[in-house]
Amino acid sequence: MSFISQSSPHAHATNSTQRVMLTVVLATIPGALAMVYFFGVGVIINLTLTIGFCLGFEAAVLYLRKRPIGFYLKDFSALVTAVLLGLALPPYSPWWMIFVGCFFAIVVAKQLYGGLGFNPFNPAMIAYVVLLISFPVQMTQWAAPVNLGDLPSISEALTKVFTGTAIDGYSGATPLDAFKQSESLTVADIYSQKPIFSEAFFAGAGWEWVNAGFLLGGLFLLWRKIFTWHAPVSMLAVLALMSIIFYDGSSESSAPVLTHLFSGATMLGAFFIITDPVSSAVSNKGRLIFGGCIGLLVFLIRHFGNYPDAVAFSVLLMNFAAPFIDYYTVPRSYGHSKPRRATEKVDV
Amino acid sequence: MTAHAVTHQIIATSSQSERKLFPIPGGVHPPENKSQSLNLPLSALPAPAKIILPLNQHIGAPAKPLVAIGERVLKGQLVASAKGFISANIHSSISGTVTAIEELPVPHPSGLPAMSIVIRSDNLDESVTYEPCENYFELPKEQVIAKIQSAGIVGMGGAGFPTSVKLGGRGKIEHLIINGTECEPYITADDILMQTYPQEIIEGVKLLAHLLGNPADVVIGMEDNKPKAFTALKEAAKGTNVQVVAFPGKYPSGGEKQLIQRLTGKEVPSGKLPSDVGAVVQNVGTVYAAYRAVKYGEPLIERITTVVGGALQKQGNVIVRIGTPVADALSEFGFKERQASQLIMGGPMMGFTLETAEIPIVKTSNCIIAPSYAEMPPVAPAQPCIRCGLCAEACPAGLLPQQLYWYARSEDHEKLQAHNLFDCIECGACSFVCPSHIPLVQYYRASKGAIRTEREEKAKSDRSRRRFEFKQERIAKAEAEKEAKRIARQKAAQEAQQKMAEQKAKAPPAAAAPATAESAEDTRARLERALASAQTRLESAQAKHAEAVAEGSDRVDQMAARVKQAELKVQEAQAKLSETQHTPTASTVDTNSDDPVARAIAKAQAKNAMSPLEKAQSNVESLENRLSKAQEKHQQALSEGADNASALLIGVNKLTEKLEQARTELQGLQAESLSSTEKPAAAPDDPAAAAIERAKAKAEAMASMSPKEKLENQIESLTGRIAKAEQKLAAAQAENADTVEALALGVEKLKAKLASTQQELEQLNP
Repeated sequence: MSFISQSSPHAHATNSTQRVMLTVVLATIPGALAMVYFFGVGVIINLTLTIGFCLGFEAAVLYLRKRPIGFYLKDFSALVTAVLLGLALPPYSPWWMIFVGCFFAIVVAKQLYGGLGFNPFNPAMIAYVVLLISFPVQMTQWAAPVNLGDLPSISEALTKVFTGTAIDGYSGATPLDAFKQSESLTVADIYSQKPIFSEAFFAGAGWEWVNAGFLLGGLFLLWRKIFTWHAPVSMLAVLALMSIIFYDGSSESSAPVLTHLFSGATMLGAFFIITDPVSSAVSNKGRLIFGGCIGLLVFLIRHFGNYPDAVAFSVLLMNFAAPFIDYYTVPRSYGHSKPRRATEKVDV
Repeated sequence: MTAHAVTHQIIATSSQSERKLFPIPGGVHPPENKSQSLNLPLSALPAPAKIILPLNQHIGAPAKPLVAIGERVLKGQLVASAKGFISANIHSSISGTVTAIEELPVPHPSGLPAMSIVIRSDNLDESVTYEPCENYFELPKEQVIAKIQSAGIVGMGGAGFPTSVKLGGRGKIEHLIINGTECEPYITADDILMQTYPQEIIEGVKLLAHLLGNPADVVIGMEDNKPKAFTALKEAAKGTNVQVVAFPGKYPSGGEKQLIQRLTGKEVPSGKLPSDVGAVVQNVGTVYAAYRAVKYGEPLIERITTVVGGALQKQGNVIVRIGTPVADALSEFGFKERQASQLIMGGPMMGFTLETAEIPIVKTSNCIIAPSYAEMPPVAPAQPCIRCGLCAEACPAGLLPQQLYWYARSEDHEKLQAHNLFDCIECGACSFVCPSHIPLVQYYRASKGAIRTEREEKAKSDRSRRRFEFKQERIAKAEAEKEAKRIARQKAAQEAQQKMAEQKAKAPPAAAAPATAESAEDTRARLERALASAQTRLESAQAKHAEAVAEGSDRVDQMAARVKQAELKVQEAQAKLSETQHTPTASTVDTNSDDPVARAIAKAQAKNAMSPLEKAQSNVESLENRLSKAQEKHQQALSEGADNASALLIGVNKLTEKLEQARTELQGLQAESLSSTEKPAAAPDDPAAAAIERAKAKAEAMASMSPKEKLENQIESLTGRIAKAEQKLAAAQAENADTVEALALGVEKLKAKLASTQQELEQLNP
C-alpha cells in the first residue's frame, strides 16, 4: 500500500479562518444589541440589508472570477464586512445608499484587488467614506437615542428605508456633533445644556453604552487571541492622551477624555476596524505605530477638522501607510544583532 | 487540546530554581500525545529477517560499501565506511548474507531512493567480538574520538550529524548541553532511554565533557513532562557536576538553537555554529550510544524508537536493529493499515511521511507514527492568508512568516533573504497555527531550494565568465605576439630581399628559392594525403553508421554525427588542396619568367601584396561570425531576463564597431588592389626587383652573344641612350634648369663612349 505523502507539520491547531471571522461577528453582539436598544429597528434593517447585499455581491464577483463560490463564501469575510458596515451606517438609511455602500465595499475595495487577503484598504471603511462624501445629508442623520425621544415603528422605519418618506423628529445630534456645534459654550455648559449629555451617565446618551458594548466585544476577542493588544491599546492611549492635553474646560477645549473614548466610532474602530489584519501593519511594533497614528489622526480631525468623527478617514490614511510602517519595523530575528531593513541587499 | 496533553505530572518547581532559565520567543503548544507510548515497558523487537542499510543515514557524504553481494557478514561488522570528513561508518545489525547493493526507498523527506545494502539474516545472530575499553579517561582524546567515529555514532535526535566531528571541534567550549527535551508530540524514545539507562547517560556525559576539555557548564535539559526520567537522572547525577534541568514545555524548545537560548540566554549568530558561542549540544541518545561505543566497543546497530498512533493495537517504545523495515515494527504493534491516514517517521511537527512501510528504521529514526484519520485528518485546502500574524507570534526565530509566504509566492528571492528566510528552522510552528491551513513550511523549503540552486548557478556562471575573460585575454595576447612576429618577419624579409637584389646585381645566384617551391610541392602532397585519409575516415564512419542503423542501435545518432563530422573534414581538406593548387599557377602567370629566383621573388611580392586584403577579408568574416553569436547570446539573455544582458549588449556594440572598422579597412584594401591590378601585371612595385630583372636579362643576353654582336648591341644601346640624354638635355635647356650642365657633360661622355666602342668594332671589322 502506498501512503499519502505530504509536507510537515502533520499536526494542526483547530483554528480556522472561518472560526476567526465568526468570532469577530459574535463579538459585535453586545455593541449591536446596545445600538438596537438605543436607536431602534433601523439597526436591524441596516444589518439585514448589508448582509444580503454584501454576500450577494461577493457571490456574483466570485462567479464572474470563476472561483468556487461556496468555498470562499464560507470564509465569512464578507459577512464581517457586512456587519461592520451595517453598524457604521446611520440607522434608517435609504436602501439604495446601503446598496451603493456594499458595492464599494465588496466589489471595488475587496474583489477588484483580488479578494480576501489582497485588499490594501478596509472595505467597510472605503464604503463608509464613499457614502459620507457622496451623500453627506443622509450620512449625518443619526437617530436620537431612545431616552431622548420616540423611536420610529417598524412600518415607519421600512417606509423610510424603502420609499424615502421622512419621519418627523427622529434624528438628533450625536455627542460629537454637539461638540462640533458648540458655538462658544464651555464644556460645562455643553454638559448641562445639551440633552445628549445631560441625559447621559458619563459620555453621551446611548453612545456610551454602544461603545461600552464594543469594548466588551473587543476584550473578548483579545482574550480569544484573535488579535494582539498593540493596535487598539495604542490608538486608545494616544486618543486619550491628546484629549487630556487639549482639555481645559473652555469653549476652545477638546471634549473630555471619556467623551472621546466612548462616543462616535471609537470602540468599534479600535477593536473591529483597525484590527483588520489584512490592511494593517504586520509586526507588533508596526501595529503600535499604526494604532497610535490612527488615534492621533482621529483626535486631530475631530478637534480641528470639519467632520465630527474621523475613524474612517484615519483608518484609510493609515492603511496607505501600513506598507511604509512595515518597511521600518521588521523585527529582529534570532541570531541577528539588529533587524534588517526590508530592502537591505543580501550577499547571494 | 486532547486529554493526553494535560495528564502528565508536572515536575515540582523547586528543581527549576537551580538554574536561571531564559525565555525563548514564539513557540506553540500542540497536544503532547506522549502518554500512549509510555504505558508499556521498553521491549526489544526480534531480529528481523532482513535489514536495509541506506548509505546516507547521516548528514554528509554517503558511506562507501565495503562488502560484495553474496558476502557473509556478522553482526557488528563494518559494511560501509565513512567517505570524507563529514560521513559515518555503517555496521550490520544482524549476521547474514549481503543480497543486494542497490537504490531503494529510504527514510528521507525527499522520498527519493538511495543506495542501500540489503542483508538477509541467517538467524544465527553471530556477532563480531567487540573491544571493551575501561581506561578511556587515560587514553589520548583523539583515540577516544576515533573509537566514536569508527562506531558510526551520529546525532540521534534527528539531524544525524557525525558526533566525532562535533567533539573534535575548534574553540573553547563553555557549555555542554545534553538535549533530553523531546519537545515534539508523540515521541517518548528519549524519555524511556533516560528512565531506563540514567547511569550510562551520566557516564556518557562525563565522557563527552572530558573529550571537550571539561567545560564549566554541563547540563542535561528536558521539558518538565518527564518526571520519571528527571528523577532518575537527578539521582544518577548526584556527586557529579552534571546539572539536570527541567523547564516548562513549549514546542520547539528542543531545537538546538532554542535549547541553547533557553539554558544560556545566548543566541547562535545567523549562519554560525553553536561552538561559535562556546556551546555543544548532544542528544541523550547520542550520549548513550557514544558511551557504549567507547566503553564496550559497540557500534551503532540499534536504537530506541517510539511506535505510536491510533492505527495500532498497542503503542510503545522498542529497541530496534538499525535497518529493520518499518513494516516489521508496525506488525509487532498490530498495525491496521486501513485505519492509518498516513505513515510518519519522526514527530508530527518535523517528521516526514513515508510512502511505503518497506522503508528501514535508521540511526535517526526516533519515532514511527501510524495515526488514525481522527488523529490526523487530511489537511484542509488552503484559504487566502489574512495576515492575522498568528504565525509571527509562533515563530521561534522571530521571523515574519506571513511576509515570507508573500515573497515566496511571488518568488522574490531578494526580499526572502532580507527577511532572513535562511534562519527558518522549519519547525512548523507557523503552519501549525495558520487558520487558513497554508503549508507555509513547504513554501519556505521550496524557496530555500530555489535560492540555493540560483546561488550555485550564479557561482557557475561567474566561474565560466572569469574563464571566458581569461581566455579572451590570452587570445588577445597571443594575437599581439603573432602580429609582432609577423612584422619582424616582414622586415627581415624586406632586408633579405634588398640584400639579395644587391647580390644579384653583382652576380645572379642560382639557388635559394627552390626550397620554397619544393615546400609548396610538399604542402600539396601533404594536403592530398590529408584529403585521402579524411575520405577513408568518412567511408568508415558511413559504414559504421549503416551498421548502427541496421542493428537499430541507440548509437545511430552518435554515428550520424560522426559521419557529418567526417564529411566536413573532407570538405575542408578539399578546399585547402584546391587553394594550394590555384595559387602557384597564378603567381607563375604573373611573373612569366624562367628564372626561379625572379619567380620566387615575384611570388613573395604577390603574397605580400595580397595578404593584407585576404587578412582583412578573413578578419571581417570572423568578426561577422562573432557578432552574430554575440547577438544571439544577448537575445537569449534578454529573453531569460538574465542580468548579464547589458554586459552582452556592450560586447555586441564593441564587435559592431570593430566590424565597421574592419570593413572600411577591407574596402580600402580592395580599392588599392583593384588599382594595382589595372597596372600591367608584370610591373613589379619594387624598383629594386625591376632592376634585378633587367640586369639579369642583360647578363643572359650578353652571355649568349659573340663579341661583335656585343659591341653592336652596345653601340645600339649607347645611341639610344645618347638620344635620350640629348632629349633630356634639350628639355632641361628649354626649362633653363640647373641640371643642364650635368646633362651636357653626360651627353659628351656618352658620345665619347660611343666613339670608342665604334673604334673597337672597326678593329674587329676590318
